[in-house]
Amino acid sequence: MDAIKFVEQDLNPTHEIPNFGAGDTIAVAYKIKEGEKERTQVFQGTVIQRRNSGVNETFTVRKVTGGMAVERVFPLASPFLESIRIVKSGSVRRARIFYLRELKGKSARIKEKIFIKK
Amino acid sequence: MPGLLGKKIGMTSVFSTEGKNIPCTIIEAGPCVVTQVKTDETDGYNSVQIAFGDKKEKNTSAAMMGHFKKANTSPKRHIVEVKGLDDRKVGDEVTVDVFSEGQWVDVTATSKGKGFQGVVKRHGFSGVGDATHGQHNRLRAPGSIGAGSDPSRVFKGTRMAGQMGNEKVTVQNLKVVKVYNDKNLIVIKGSVPGANGSMVLINN
Repeated sequence: MDAIKFVEQDLNPTHEIPNFGAGDTIAVAYKIKEGEKERTQVFQGTVIQRRNSGVNETFTVRKVTGGMAVERVFPLASPFLESIRIVKSGSVRRARIFYLRELKGKSARIKEKIFIKK
Repeated sequence: MPGLLGKKIGMTSVFSTEGKNIPCTIIEAGPCVVTQVKTDETDGYNSVQIAFGDKKEKNTSAAMMGHFKKANTSPKRHIVEVKGLDDRKVGDEVTVDVFSEGQWVDVTATSKGKGFQGVVKRHGFSGVGDATHGQHNRLRAPGSIGAGSDPSRVFKGTRMAGQMGNEKVTVQNLKVVKVYNDKNLIVIKGSVPGANGSMVLINN
């Protein structure tokens, strides 16, 4: 097992990733190759799950534009991943909020996590 | 074209610089010990016998102990003859540095045993007809195994149910992604036959 972890850490790029989870609204800056050119695209939406671990870890972001929902899966270890910015921290009760797919409009809102200073 | 014995550690994936996710197998290869050198004069051909994986002295026969003593090494579990290491002497160590990054290798190992399997799993047959319309007991059957009274027998080699897996399998042309000389590790693109922890032979 140790040999596997060693190879994974040695051969894969490491990113600085903020601590985020299901319910958070994040903006993902992702590099896109168009022929020779490379540009960055920002995909903003709600995280509905994080799955797997290590190099295989991925997260799914869902956004609704003009009544159409789009879900994208990003691998966390991908070299195309430029940065992740947390826009809003959401308060949800489960790790995978697939129930969001059945909800529309006002009921599809997520309560914001409020941090109280001690 | 050197060969080397190793132990399959497991699989993982690695992102390439182009952003592609490459499936890789990690093998702990060597260090192997040369236990015998065969030459044209003594054996009629050139090759080298290498050994890998320690085992207990009490599980080794006296004859094999003598063989290992000649190479001045502890008893080993796996012994295999490889070509392409002609300049080595008895007792020499062979390590992963015989391979380099970007090289193509063949890997030979014993595949995972699946036991006695039917034709659907073993040969990819699709079974007979439907599950309904009066069909009974025939869902995963092989169907016809040949003509009737003319040959009056079943031809040799007809694919039928039987033992699947647990056989020697060689996978050719696998690319070496990375070699770690200090840790005796080699990372190979793609999958390799056998269970984790089993012995594999890497050949160039």
